[in-house]
Amino acid sequence: MLTRAQALEVLGTVPDPEVPAVSVVELGIVRDVEVAADGAATVTITPTYSGCPAMFEIEKDVRAALLGAGAASVDVRTLLSPAWTTDWIGAEAREKLRQYGIAPPGRAQEGGLVTLTRRHAPVPCPFCGSGDTQLKSEFGSTACKAIHVCNNCRQPFDEFKAI
Amino acid sequence: MPELEGDAGGVGAGEATSGVAPVAGPRNAPVGEPLVEFLLRLGDDRLVLGHRLSEWTGHGPILEEDIATANVALDLIGQATLLLKLAGAAEGQGRDEDALAYFRDGVEYRNCLLVEQPNGDFGDTMVRQLLFDTYSVLLWEALAKCGHAELAAIAAKALKEGKYHLRHSSEWVVRLGDGTAESHARVQGSLDRLWRYTGELFDRDEVDDRVAAHGIGVDTAGIERRWEAMVRDVLARATLERPADGPMQRGGRRGRHSEHLGHLLATMQSVARAHPGASW
Repeated sequence: MLTRAQALEVLGTVPDPEVPAVSVVELGIVRDVEVAADGAATVTITPTYSGCPAMFEIEKDVRAALLGAGAASVDVRTLLSPAWTTDWIGAEAREKLRQYGIAPPGRAQEGGLVTLTRRHAPVPCPFCGSGDTQLKSEFGSTACKAIHVCNNCRQPFDEFKAI
Repeated sequence: MPELEGDAGGVGAGEATSGVAPVAGPRNAPVGEPLVEFLLRLGDDRLVLGHRLSEWTGHGPILEEDIATANVALDLIGQATLLLKLAGAAEGQGRDEDALAYFRDGVEYRNCLLVEQPNGDFGDTMVRQLLFDTYSVLLWEALAKCGHAELAAIAAKALKEGKYHLRHSSEWVVRLGDGTAESHARVQGSLDRLWRYTGELFDRDEVDDRVAAHGIGVDTAGIERRWEAMVRDVLARATLERPADGPMQRGGRRGRHSEHLGHLLATMQSVARAHPGASW
Protein backbone atom coordinates (compact mmCIF):
# COMPACT_ATOMS: atom_id res chain seq x y z
CA MET A 1 0.00 0.00 0.00
CA LEU A 2 1.46 3.31 -1.16
CA THR A 3 1.93 5.90 1.58
CA ARG A 4 2.05 9.66 1.17
CA ALA A 5 5.75 9.70 2.04
CA GLN A 6 6.49 7.05 -0.58
CA ALA A 7 4.44 8.94 -3.15
CA LEU A 8 6.44 12.10 -2.46
CA GLU A 9 9.68 10.17 -2.74
CA VAL A 10 8.61 8.72 -6.11
CA LEU A 11 7.63 12.17 -7.38
CA GLY A 12 11.05 13.40 -6.30
CA THR A 13 12.52 11.15 -9.00
CA VAL A 14 10.36 12.59 -11.80
CA PRO A 15 12.62 14.96 -13.73
CA ASP A 16 11.37 18.20 -15.21
CA PRO A 17 11.06 17.48 -18.95
CA GLU A 18 12.84 20.68 -19.94
CA VAL A 19 15.36 20.88 -17.09
CA PRO A 20 15.99 17.20 -16.28
CA ALA A 21 18.73 18.06 -13.76
CA VAL A 22 16.03 18.74 -11.17
CA SER A 23 12.77 17.05 -10.23
CA VAL A 24 9.27 18.45 -10.45
CA VAL A 25 9.21 18.42 -6.63
CA GLU A 26 12.47 20.38 -6.36
CA LEU A 27 11.13 23.01 -8.77
CA GLY A 28 8.03 23.44 -6.64
CA ILE A 29 5.72 22.33 -9.43
CA VAL A 30 4.29 19.52 -7.30
CA ARG A 31 2.51 21.33 -4.47
CA ASP A 32 0.98 18.39 -2.66
CA VAL A 33 0.11 14.73 -2.86
CA GLU A 34 -2.46 12.76 -0.93
CA VAL A 35 -3.07 9.05 -0.91
CA ALA A 36 -6.51 7.81 0.16
CA ALA A 37 -7.11 4.58 2.06
CA ASP A 38 -8.00 2.81 -1.18
CA GLY A 39 -4.67 3.82 -2.76
CA ALA A 40 -6.11 6.61 -4.93
CA ALA A 41 -3.53 9.40 -5.26
CA THR A 42 -4.36 13.06 -5.75
CA VAL A 43 -1.49 15.27 -6.90
CA THR A 44 -1.68 19.05 -7.01
CA ILE A 45 0.61 20.75 -9.48
CA THR A 46 1.08 24.40 -10.42
CA PRO A 47 2.32 25.69 -13.78
CA THR A 48 5.56 27.63 -13.89
CA TYR A 49 4.24 29.90 -16.66
CA SER A 50 0.65 30.19 -17.96
CA GLY A 51 1.64 28.76 -21.31
CA CYS A 52 4.31 26.29 -20.22
CA PRO A 53 4.04 23.48 -22.79
CA ALA A 54 5.77 21.05 -20.43
CA MET A 55 2.75 20.88 -18.12
CA PHE A 56 1.11 18.14 -20.22
CA GLU A 57 4.31 16.08 -20.10
CA ILE A 58 4.67 16.64 -16.37
CA GLU A 59 1.11 15.49 -15.75
CA LYS A 60 1.74 12.35 -17.80
CA ASP A 61 5.06 11.61 -16.06
CA VAL A 62 3.59 12.17 -12.58
CA ARG A 63 0.70 9.84 -13.37
CA ALA A 64 2.95 7.11 -14.76
CA ALA A 65 5.36 7.32 -11.80
CA LEU A 66 2.64 6.95 -9.18
CA LEU A 67 0.81 4.17 -11.01
CA GLY A 68 4.15 2.40 -11.33
CA ALA A 69 4.67 2.76 -7.57
CA GLY A 70 1.35 1.11 -6.80
CA ALA A 71 -1.23 3.91 -6.68
CA ALA A 72 -4.70 2.56 -7.47
CA SER A 73 -5.51 5.68 -9.50
CA VAL A 74 -4.03 9.13 -9.97
CA ASP A 75 -5.92 12.40 -10.11
CA VAL A 76 -3.76 15.35 -11.15
CA ARG A 77 -5.17 18.77 -10.26
CA THR A 78 -3.84 22.13 -11.36
CA LEU A 79 -3.74 24.96 -8.87
CA LEU A 80 -2.90 28.53 -9.91
CA SER A 81 -2.80 30.24 -6.54
CA PRO A 82 -0.40 30.97 -4.97
CA ALA A 83 1.38 31.67 -8.25
CA TRP A 84 4.56 29.69 -8.75
CA THR A 85 7.74 31.46 -7.76
CA THR A 86 11.39 30.53 -8.23
CA ASP A 87 11.82 31.29 -4.52
CA TRP A 88 10.42 27.79 -3.92
CA ILE A 89 13.53 26.23 -5.48
CA GLY A 90 15.75 25.07 -2.61
CA ALA A 91 19.52 25.46 -2.17
CA GLU A 92 20.31 21.91 -3.25
CA ALA A 93 18.30 22.21 -6.46
CA ARG A 94 19.94 25.55 -7.20
CA GLU A 95 23.32 23.90 -7.03
CA LYS A 96 22.11 21.12 -9.36
CA LEU A 97 20.98 23.77 -11.84
CA ARG A 98 24.36 25.48 -11.69
CA GLN A 99 26.21 22.22 -12.27
CA TYR A 100 23.90 21.53 -15.21
CA GLY A 101 25.01 24.87 -16.74
CA ILE A 102 21.99 26.98 -15.81
CA ALA A 103 22.52 29.96 -13.53
CA PRO A 104 20.06 29.62 -10.63
CA PRO A 105 17.45 32.35 -10.14
CA GLY A 106 18.01 35.34 -7.90
CA ARG A 107 15.33 36.40 -5.47
CA ALA A 108 11.98 37.08 -7.09
CA GLN A 109 11.13 40.76 -6.87
CA GLU A 110 7.60 41.72 -6.10
CA GLY A 111 7.03 45.41 -5.88
CA GLY A 112 6.29 48.06 -8.41
CA LEU A 113 5.84 48.14 -12.12
CA VAL A 114 9.30 49.32 -12.99
CA THR A 115 9.76 49.29 -16.72
CA LEU A 116 13.24 50.47 -17.51
CA THR A 117 15.40 49.62 -14.55
CA ARG A 118 17.69 46.63 -14.78
CA ARG A 119 16.56 44.20 -12.18
CA HIS A 120 19.78 42.87 -10.74
CA ALA A 121 23.55 42.74 -10.87
CA PRO A 122 25.26 40.56 -13.50
CA VAL A 123 24.50 36.86 -13.06
CA PRO A 124 27.62 34.78 -12.18
CA CYS A 125 28.66 32.42 -14.97
CA PRO A 126 27.71 28.82 -14.07
CA PHE A 127 30.79 27.56 -15.93
CA CYS A 128 33.73 29.69 -14.74
CA GLY A 129 32.11 31.61 -11.89
CA SER A 130 33.03 35.00 -13.33
CA GLY A 131 30.80 37.94 -12.52
CA ASP A 132 31.71 39.60 -15.80
CA THR A 133 28.61 38.50 -17.70
CA GLN A 134 26.04 40.20 -19.87
CA LEU A 135 22.32 39.69 -20.32
CA LYS A 136 21.56 39.04 -24.00
CA SER A 137 17.83 38.48 -23.78
CA GLU A 138 15.26 37.97 -21.06
CA PHE A 139 13.63 35.32 -23.20
CA GLY A 140 15.48 32.06 -23.72
CA SER A 141 15.12 28.48 -24.86
CA THR A 142 12.12 27.94 -22.60
CA ALA A 143 9.65 30.31 -20.96
CA CYS A 144 11.52 30.08 -17.66
CA LYS A 145 15.00 31.05 -18.88
CA ALA A 146 16.98 34.11 -19.98
CA ILE A 147 20.10 34.14 -22.16
CA HIS A 148 23.40 35.53 -20.91
CA VAL A 149 26.96 35.42 -22.15
CA CYS A 150 30.13 35.27 -20.07
CA ASN A 151 32.75 37.83 -21.07
CA ASN A 152 35.44 35.82 -19.31
CA CYS A 153 35.04 32.29 -20.72
CA ARG A 154 32.95 33.47 -23.70
CA GLN A 155 30.34 30.84 -22.92
CA PRO A 156 26.68 31.68 -23.53
CA PHE A 157 24.46 30.33 -20.75
CA ASP A 158 20.89 30.15 -19.56
CA GLU A 159 19.65 31.74 -16.37
CA PHE A 160 16.56 30.49 -14.58
CA LYS A 161 14.54 33.72 -14.47
CA ALA A 162 13.49 34.95 -11.05
CA ILE A 163 9.72 35.22 -11.08
CA MET B 1 -4.37 57.40 -42.59
CA PRO B 2 -5.66 53.88 -43.28
CA GLU B 3 -9.40 53.48 -43.14
CA LEU B 4 -11.05 50.82 -41.07
CA GLU B 5 -13.06 48.55 -43.29
CA GLY B 6 -14.44 45.99 -40.89
CA ASP B 7 -17.06 43.53 -42.08
CA ALA B 8 -19.46 45.24 -39.73
CA GLY B 9 -19.06 48.40 -41.79
CA GLY B 10 -16.22 50.09 -39.92
CA VAL B 11 -16.56 52.63 -37.19
CA GLY B 12 -18.20 55.93 -37.95
CA ALA B 13 -16.47 59.14 -36.96
CA GLY B 14 -19.41 60.28 -34.81
CA GLU B 15 -19.31 57.11 -32.81
CA ALA B 16 -15.56 57.11 -32.63
CA THR B 17 -15.53 60.38 -30.74
CA SER B 18 -18.30 59.52 -28.28
CA GLY B 19 -17.01 58.86 -24.80
CA VAL B 20 -18.84 55.64 -23.98
CA ALA B 21 -19.64 52.77 -26.33
CA PRO B 22 -23.34 52.15 -26.93
CA VAL B 23 -24.99 49.28 -25.10
CA ALA B 24 -26.07 47.36 -28.20
CA GLY B 25 -23.53 45.17 -29.98
CA PRO B 26 -23.08 44.68 -33.71
CA ARG B 27 -26.38 44.70 -35.53
CA ASN B 28 -27.97 45.47 -32.17
CA ALA B 29 -27.07 42.07 -30.74
CA PRO B 30 -27.61 42.06 -27.00
CA VAL B 31 -24.58 41.98 -24.78
CA GLY B 32 -24.16 38.60 -23.13
CA GLU B 33 -23.92 37.79 -19.46
CA PRO B 34 -21.52 40.39 -18.02
CA LEU B 35 -19.03 37.98 -16.44
CA VAL B 36 -18.78 35.94 -19.66
CA GLU B 37 -18.33 39.12 -21.72
CA PHE B 38 -15.71 40.43 -19.32
CA LEU B 39 -13.71 37.19 -19.45
CA LEU B 40 -14.01 36.98 -23.23
CA ARG B 41 -12.61 40.50 -23.55
CA LEU B 42 -9.62 39.55 -21.41
CA GLY B 43 -9.11 36.20 -23.11
CA ASP B 44 -9.61 37.42 -26.68
CA ASP B 45 -7.12 40.29 -26.25
CA ARG B 46 -4.44 37.78 -25.35
CA LEU B 47 -5.41 35.09 -27.83
CA VAL B 48 -5.39 37.50 -30.76
CA LEU B 49 -2.20 39.27 -29.67
CA GLY B 50 -0.52 35.94 -28.95
CA HIS B 51 -1.39 34.72 -32.41
CA ARG B 52 -0.15 37.97 -33.96
CA LEU B 53 3.17 37.66 -32.15
CA SER B 54 3.51 34.02 -33.18
CA GLU B 55 3.60 35.27 -36.78
CA TRP B 56 7.11 36.54 -36.01
CA THR B 57 8.34 33.01 -35.37
CA GLY B 58 11.01 32.31 -37.96
CA HIS B 59 10.93 35.96 -39.13
CA GLY B 60 12.45 37.84 -36.19
CA PRO B 61 15.04 40.50 -37.03
CA ILE B 62 17.58 38.68 -34.84
CA LEU B 63 17.54 35.23 -33.28
CA GLU B 64 17.03 36.56 -29.75
CA GLU B 65 13.94 38.49 -30.84
CA ASP B 66 12.57 35.52 -32.73
CA ILE B 67 12.76 33.63 -29.45
CA ALA B 68 11.48 36.56 -27.38
CA THR B 69 8.36 37.17 -29.47
CA ALA B 70 7.61 33.43 -29.44
CA ASN B 71 8.03 33.39 -25.65
CA VAL B 72 5.68 36.34 -25.15
CA ALA B 73 3.20 34.74 -27.57
CA LEU B 74 3.32 31.53 -25.54
CA ASP B 75 2.61 33.38 -22.29
CA LEU B 76 -0.31 35.25 -23.85
CA ILE B 77 -1.84 32.14 -25.39
CA GLY B 78 -1.40 30.35 -22.05
CA GLN B 79 -3.22 33.21 -20.29
CA ALA B 80 -5.92 33.13 -22.98
CA THR B 81 -6.38 29.39 -22.41
CA LEU B 82 -7.01 29.94 -18.70
CA LEU B 83 -9.34 32.89 -19.31
CA LEU B 84 -11.39 31.25 -22.06
CA LYS B 85 -11.73 28.10 -19.98
CA LEU B 86 -13.13 30.26 -17.21
CA ALA B 87 -15.41 32.09 -19.69
CA GLY B 88 -16.72 28.77 -20.99
CA ALA B 89 -17.42 27.57 -17.47
CA ALA B 90 -19.20 30.84 -16.59
CA GLU B 91 -21.28 30.57 -19.75
CA GLY B 92 -22.37 27.04 -18.87
CA GLN B 93 -23.11 25.96 -22.44
CA GLY B 94 -20.45 23.27 -22.53
CA ARG B 95 -17.98 25.31 -24.60
CA ASP B 96 -14.36 24.84 -23.59
CA GLU B 97 -11.41 27.08 -24.44
CA ASP B 98 -10.86 25.39 -27.79
CA ALA B 99 -14.51 25.73 -28.82
CA LEU B 100 -14.34 29.44 -27.95
CA ALA B 101 -11.04 30.00 -29.77
CA TYR B 102 -11.72 28.02 -32.94
CA PHE B 103 -15.46 28.10 -33.47
CA ARG B 104 -16.44 31.71 -32.93
CA ASP B 105 -16.56 34.12 -35.86
CA GLY B 106 -15.09 37.62 -35.88
CA VAL B 107 -18.26 39.37 -34.71
CA GLU B 108 -18.21 37.15 -31.61
CA TYR B 109 -14.65 38.15 -30.72
CA ARG B 110 -14.36 40.78 -28.01
CA ASN B 111 -10.71 41.83 -28.32
CA CYS B 112 -9.72 45.46 -28.64
CA LEU B 113 -8.75 46.72 -32.10
CA LEU B 114 -5.14 47.41 -31.05
CA VAL B 115 -4.17 43.74 -30.71
CA GLU B 116 -5.47 42.69 -34.11
CA GLN B 117 -3.43 45.30 -35.99
CA PRO B 118 -0.87 43.71 -38.31
CA ASN B 119 2.70 43.26 -37.11
CA GLY B 120 4.11 45.70 -39.65
CA ASP B 121 7.83 46.14 -39.09
CA PHE B 122 9.53 45.27 -35.80
CA GLY B 123 9.07 48.85 -34.56
CA ASP B 124 5.31 48.69 -35.22
CA THR B 125 5.15 45.46 -33.23
CA MET B 126 7.14 46.84 -30.30
CA VAL B 127 5.05 50.03 -30.11
CA ARG B 128 1.85 47.96 -30.19
CA GLN B 129 3.32 45.80 -27.41
CA LEU B 130 4.31 48.79 -25.29
CA LEU B 131 0.81 50.28 -25.50
CA PHE B 132 -0.83 46.95 -24.69
CA ASP B 133 1.71 45.62 -22.15
CA THR B 134 1.41 48.78 -20.05
CA TYR B 135 -2.38 48.50 -20.03
CA SER B 136 -2.16 44.80 -19.31
CA VAL B 137 0.10 44.94 -16.25
CA LEU B 138 -2.04 47.69 -14.72
CA LEU B 139 -5.16 45.64 -15.31
CA TRP B 140 -3.60 42.47 -13.88
CA GLU B 141 -2.36 44.36 -10.85
CA ALA B 142 -5.93 45.48 -10.16
CA LEU B 143 -7.54 42.13 -10.94
CA ALA B 144 -5.05 40.23 -8.76
CA LYS B 145 -6.83 41.89 -5.83
CA CYS B 146 -10.38 41.32 -7.09
CA GLY B 147 -13.01 39.27 -5.29
CA HIS B 148 -13.32 36.59 -7.96
CA ALA B 149 -10.86 33.97 -6.71
CA GLU B 150 -10.17 32.17 -9.99
CA LEU B 151 -9.69 35.37 -11.95
CA ALA B 152 -7.47 36.81 -9.21
CA ALA B 153 -5.27 33.69 -9.40
CA ILE B 154 -4.86 34.04 -13.17
CA ALA B 155 -4.15 37.76 -12.76
CA ALA B 156 -1.45 37.25 -10.13
CA LYS B 157 0.30 34.78 -12.39
CA ALA B 158 -0.12 36.83 -15.56
CA LEU B 159 1.18 39.94 -13.80
CA LYS B 160 4.56 38.29 -13.24
CA GLU B 161 4.75 37.40 -16.93
CA GLY B 162 3.46 40.78 -18.02
CA LYS B 163 6.24 42.64 -16.22
CA TYR B 164 8.79 40.83 -18.39
CA HIS B 165 6.79 41.65 -21.52
CA LEU B 166 6.56 45.32 -20.59
CA ARG B 167 10.26 45.64 -19.85
CA HIS B 168 11.02 44.02 -23.20
CA SER B 169 8.77 46.31 -25.25
CA SER B 170 9.77 49.42 -23.27
CA GLU B 171 13.46 48.80 -23.84
CA TRP B 172 12.95 48.26 -27.55
CA VAL B 173 10.91 51.42 -27.96
CA VAL B 174 13.65 53.39 -26.20
CA ARG B 175 16.35 51.75 -28.31
CA LEU B 176 14.53 52.40 -31.57
CA GLY B 177 13.22 55.86 -30.68
CA ASP B 178 16.58 57.03 -29.37
CA GLY B 179 18.45 55.14 -32.09
CA THR B 180 19.19 56.31 -35.61
CA ALA B 181 17.27 58.99 -37.50
CA GLU B 182 15.71 56.20 -39.53
CA SER B 183 14.60 54.09 -36.55
CA HIS B 184 13.36 57.22 -34.75
CA ALA B 185 11.23 58.34 -37.68
CA ARG B 186 9.82 54.88 -38.18
CA VAL B 187 8.74 54.23 -34.58
CA GLN B 188 7.32 57.75 -34.32
CA GLY B 189 5.23 56.78 -37.35
CA SER B 190 4.23 53.52 -35.64
CA LEU B 191 3.14 55.44 -32.57
CA ASP B 192 1.17 57.97 -34.63
CA ARG B 193 -0.65 55.21 -36.50
CA LEU B 194 -1.43 53.04 -33.46
CA TRP B 195 -2.44 55.81 -31.03
CA ARG B 196 -6.00 55.87 -32.37
CA TYR B 197 -6.56 52.37 -30.98
CA THR B 198 -5.65 53.28 -27.39
CA GLY B 199 -8.86 55.10 -26.44
CA GLU B 200 -10.83 51.87 -26.56
CA LEU B 201 -8.66 50.31 -23.86
CA PHE B 202 -10.16 52.59 -21.22
CA ASP B 203 -13.80 52.60 -22.30
CA ARG B 204 -16.25 51.59 -19.63
CA ASP B 205 -19.63 50.12 -20.34
CA GLU B 206 -22.31 48.24 -18.46
CA VAL B 207 -20.23 45.06 -18.56
CA ASP B 208 -17.54 46.70 -16.41
CA ASP B 209 -20.17 48.01 -14.04
CA ARG B 210 -22.13 44.79 -13.74
CA VAL B 211 -19.21 42.47 -13.02
CA ALA B 212 -19.05 44.20 -9.65
CA ALA B 213 -21.66 41.60 -8.65
CA HIS B 214 -18.84 39.04 -8.96
CA GLY B 215 -16.44 41.08 -6.87
CA ILE B 216 -14.68 42.48 -9.92
CA GLY B 217 -14.17 46.20 -9.87
CA VAL B 218 -11.64 47.96 -12.04
CA ASP B 219 -10.90 51.66 -11.66
CA THR B 220 -10.69 52.27 -15.40
CA ALA B 221 -10.01 55.99 -15.03
CA GLY B 222 -7.23 55.34 -12.53
CA ILE B 223 -5.65 52.78 -14.85
CA GLU B 224 -5.83 55.26 -17.71
CA ARG B 225 -4.04 57.91 -15.66
CA ARG B 226 -1.25 55.52 -14.68
CA TRP B 227 -1.01 54.18 -18.24
CA GLU B 228 -0.59 57.73 -19.51
CA ALA B 229 2.22 58.43 -17.01
CA MET B 230 4.06 55.18 -17.70
CA VAL B 231 3.81 55.47 -21.47
CA ARG B 232 4.88 59.13 -21.31
CA ASP B 233 7.93 58.13 -19.29
CA VAL B 234 9.04 55.56 -21.88
CA LEU B 235 8.32 57.92 -24.79
CA ALA B 236 10.33 60.69 -23.14
CA ARG B 237 13.33 58.40 -22.76
CA ALA B 238 12.82 57.27 -26.34
CA THR B 239 12.79 60.92 -27.50
CA LEU B 240 9.41 60.22 -29.07
CA GLU B 241 6.50 62.58 -29.12
CA ARG B 242 3.22 61.53 -27.62
CA PRO B 243 0.66 61.89 -30.41
CA ALA B 244 -2.21 64.32 -29.92
CA ASP B 245 -5.51 62.69 -29.01
CA GLY B 246 -7.47 62.65 -32.24
CA PRO B 247 -10.55 60.58 -33.01
CA MET B 248 -10.22 57.13 -31.48
CA GLN B 249 -11.28 53.92 -33.21
CA ARG B 250 -13.44 51.64 -31.13
CA GLY B 251 -15.82 48.74 -31.51
CA GLY B 252 -13.82 45.59 -30.75
CA ARG B 253 -15.49 45.03 -27.37
CA ARG B 254 -18.82 44.77 -29.23
CA GLY B 255 -17.53 42.60 -32.04
CA ARG B 256 -16.97 45.40 -34.57
CA HIS B 257 -13.48 44.71 -35.85
CA SER B 258 -11.09 45.92 -38.49
CA GLU B 259 -10.71 43.73 -41.56
CA HIS B 260 -7.47 42.36 -40.15
CA LEU B 261 -9.15 40.12 -37.56
CA GLY B 262 -10.93 38.05 -40.22
CA HIS B 263 -7.65 37.18 -41.91
CA LEU B 264 -6.04 36.30 -38.59
CA LEU B 265 -8.93 34.05 -37.56
CA ALA B 266 -8.99 32.36 -40.97
CA THR B 267 -5.40 31.29 -40.42
CA MET B 268 -5.78 30.45 -36.75
CA GLN B 269 -9.03 28.48 -37.10
CA SER B 270 -8.54 26.71 -40.43
CA VAL B 271 -7.16 23.41 -39.17
CA ALA B 272 -9.63 23.06 -36.29
CA ARG B 273 -12.54 23.79 -38.65
CA ALA B 274 -11.30 21.51 -41.42
CA HIS B 275 -10.97 18.62 -38.97
CA PRO B 276 -13.44 19.23 -36.13
CA GLY B 277 -12.71 17.14 -33.07
CA ALA B 278 -9.31 16.02 -34.33
CA SER B 279 -6.61 15.59 -31.72
CA TRP B 280 -2.87 15.40 -32.16
